[in-house]
Amino acid sequence: MNLTLKIWRQKDADTKGGIQTYQLGGVEPDMSFLEMLDVLNQELIDKGDEPVVFDHDCREGICGTCSLQINGEPHGPDRGITTCQLHMRVFKDGDTITIEPFRAKAFPVIKDLVVDRTSFERIQQAGGYISVNTSGNTQDANSIPIPKDQADAAFYAATCIGCGACVAACKNASAMLFTSAKVSQLSLLPQGEVEADRRVLAMVEQMDKEGFGNCTNTGACEIECPKGISLENIARMNRDYLKASVK
Amino acid sequence: MGVLDSKVPQGPLAEKWVNHKNKINLVNPANKRNIDVIVVGTGLAGGSAAATLAELGYNVKTFCYQDSPRRAHSIAAQGGINAAKNYQGDGDSDYRLFYDTVKGGDYRSRESNVYRLAEVSGNIIDQCVAQGVPFAREYGGLLDNRSFGGVLVSRTFYAKGQTGQQLLLGCYSAMNRQINRGKIKSYTRHEMLDVVLVGGKARGIIARDLVTGEIERHSAHAVVIASGGYGNVFFLSTNAMGSNVTAAWKVHRKGAYFANPCFTQIHPTCIPVSGDHQSKLTLMSESLRNDGRIWVPKNLEDAKAIREGKLKPTDLAEEDRDYYLERRYPAFGNLVPRDVASRAAKERCDAGFGVNKTGEAVYLDFSAAFMRYGKEAVSTQKIENASEEKIRELGIAVVEAKYGNLFQMYEKIVDENPYKTPMKIYPAVHYTMGGLWVDYNLQTTVPGLYAAGEANFSDHGANRLGASALMQGLADGYFVLPYTMGDYLANDISTGPISTETEEFVEAERKIKEQLDSFMNSKGTKSVDYFHKRLGKIMWDKVGMSRNATKLKEAIQEIKALRAEFYKDVRVPGVAVGMNQELEKAGRVADFLELGELFAKDALHREESCGGHFREEFQTEEGEALRDDENFMYVAAWEYKGEPADAVLHKEELKYENIQVKTRSYK
Repeated sequence: MNLTLKIWRQKDADTKGGIQTYQLGGVEPDMSFLEMLDVLNQELIDKGDEPVVFDHDCREGICGTCSLQINGEPHGPDRGITTCQLHMRVFKDGDTITIEPFRAKAFPVIKDLVVDRTSFERIQQAGGYISVNTSGNTQDANSIPIPKDQADAAFYAATCIGCGACVAACKNASAMLFTSAKVSQLSLLPQGEVEADRRVLAMVEQMDKEGFGNCTNTGACEIECPKGISLENIARMNRDYLKASVK
Repeated sequence: MGVLDSKVPQGPLAEKWVNHKNKINLVNPANKRNIDVIVVGTGLAGGSAAATLAELGYNVKTFCYQDSPRRAHSIAAQGGINAAKNYQGDGDSDYRLFYDTVKGGDYRSRESNVYRLAEVSGNIIDQCVAQGVPFAREYGGLLDNRSFGGVLVSRTFYAKGQTGQQLLLGCYSAMNRQINRGKIKSYTRHEMLDVVLVGGKARGIIARDLVTGEIERHSAHAVVIASGGYGNVFFLSTNAMGSNVTAAWKVHRKGAYFANPCFTQIHPTCIPVSGDHQSKLTLMSESLRNDGRIWVPKNLEDAKAIREGKLKPTDLAEEDRDYYLERRYPAFGNLVPRDVASRAAKERCDAGFGVNKTGEAVYLDFSAAFMRYGKEAVSTQKIENASEEKIRELGIAVVEAKYGNLFQMYEKIVDENPYKTPMKIYPAVHYTMGGLWVDYNLQTTVPGLYAAGEANFSDHGANRLGASALMQGLADGYFVLPYTMGDYLANDISTGPISTETEEFVEAERKIKEQLDSFMNSKGTKSVDYFHKRLGKIMWDKVGMSRNATKLKEAIQEIKALRAEFYKDVRVPGVAVGMNQELEKAGRVADFLELGELFAKDALHREESCGGHFREEFQTEEGEALRDDENFMYVAAWEYKGEPADAVLHKEELKYENIQVKTRSYK
């Protein structure tokens, strides 16, 4: 396949960036999207140019490091996957592909396609935990039976990989899907219920501080989420938040 | 040749750890506030150590190259975590977990460490559940278990195919609580480039801020290396792209011995290589072997027809299939340990029975499981006269609930539906059992320098059993280091803060800057990846699944030559200021180029086959590994002396007092 790539290049956070166009041949359908970028970078290095910088690590869709806005969609056109799992077979010979970083005020660009997502970390640090020490003599794991459905619901919320696609997909750059998944994962379990009020208030407060937008229930986040995190989490968090606020 | 002191406590095996804990020194809470600890790596081992040490009151700094601690590669572990809870009542116990692990490691691990691991395994599950880790449960609300390779009980706890993710998020939440309290300072997008020794003790590190490019000095009273394994020396592996040996190798160069580097795990069930563009390999969890059956065609003509696309696997009659693991190992069948399963796949493919274009793939087939689960569903749902199609459909639903994400992952990569046609799999580099040598306290040969998780060598011998890596990482971090480090740090209560202005820090920083400058100024012509791929090819062809003296000697020479070429001809574009991923890679590959040679040297010196280390000269008539307990029942710990060729061997003799050493058989 031969492709035309329009890629966002930006030297650093303080320099203005812009789109540059590259022609790339020899792309195979079995390549992953990131392997296609590897090929481009190899060519750039061989020519003495600087390669395109992008975030990636596990390349199997679980670490949440890779990002990229591909033809306007976070993680590209396929559903239920991250960019590293996107394969070139979804594109056609001769296609033009636009590749940009995730865009949000709370995700400033570091270089080229790499953004700073530490705002997500600060939301989790504000209260995304159960306060239990590592004593080695907490009670036996089976002493609190948890209904399977409830445990499964907590698990599904916990599959969030914190990649930021929800924010990049949202016209308001809201982090509600991410934050609500992190809140739900703990509040759905009896262990996490004790601190549920404190947790939701602290995490939402931090989310607002980071400059994420408001949620207007368009649902783009759920569609673009590589892990299919459900909007139900947002409804649950709103409920929990309201309950905690009036106490 | 020196003798290593493993500092294993006296007394009966089952009492060693408890007695040791009772006797070691403690640091009082007020003094802990005056002591700093650096943890490098934030996967399960580093993250759990950091959280627990901070909880105790120490001031902790963590370092990871990722943009968040929660992205460490522990997150990719799929199948599960072992613990001797005996919830299934199938005869499990601490001793049995200990026994399975020592046997699975082919009698090359340290008895006392493995027993301690088994002893604390139950606590790990308790701790994780208390943190809110959503393990799989049964309808009764209690925790579910499954079975993994090399064992006869069900002791594996899991969260679908995302157990590592769930455990790491739990561990990260414990870290977050301490970050929020100000007890952990988390440095992300930072890479440790050297350890600093003051008066022979580890007192800090030199790190590079990967965003600004600045070189930083950080001091502490003790340093923990929890930076994972070195599988990426093969270029292609199931490791994350950034996984590297640099932290471990740099401390090796400063005096920490490196143990059993040749003990590498080649995982049997990975998605086969599809072409030259391949950047990494993807694992398909071992848990799939609970329900999948592995086979190749019985006849060479059928295999050829399949490779040429003239025949479909589903067209092949049952009697024309060779379920070679079930045939060769009737007792364990598809659930033999990883080393055994990998070699068996290679044997069949080398003999011409491979089933993809490259001839390097075997089938992992779920059709029997669909029918088995389907029949069960028909029975519980009281469906009468169910058609075969209906049974299959119900069975597929059960399999989907268990492994749905893995099947989806496979389909996205290979573009074939594994519910309709068997998966194709082939072995790939996955885990390294070797690593920094540590004593019973997990201290390396450098005082104040500790190693945990995959970065150390201690618990898995020559082969790791499935679902044991997560167990070891969390055991080291949650339950071992917080005690043993206290014993060491008790001597540091009046030391006061460590200055970063001393000569040692200045000198270490100068050397690092020198290395970075030399990369930037090198006027070479080839990219870092070019060298990394060539190194990987040498390693895979000559130091891979099957090794012999001739190939190993060649590998040593080739790696040495490649290293010289690398320094002469590598090209690192851009500048050292700001983010430069090529510069990061250059430093990592430079270290892999040294480790690779030591790896081959270790494999050459070990004239026996054991676990993942298979020497063609040492095998039984049936092609099984032939151990030499008389001459090689020891840990090979290498001391750095400049060139890898000059590394000096130190032996830790292994004694088995609580387990009978036998030929490992899974027949």
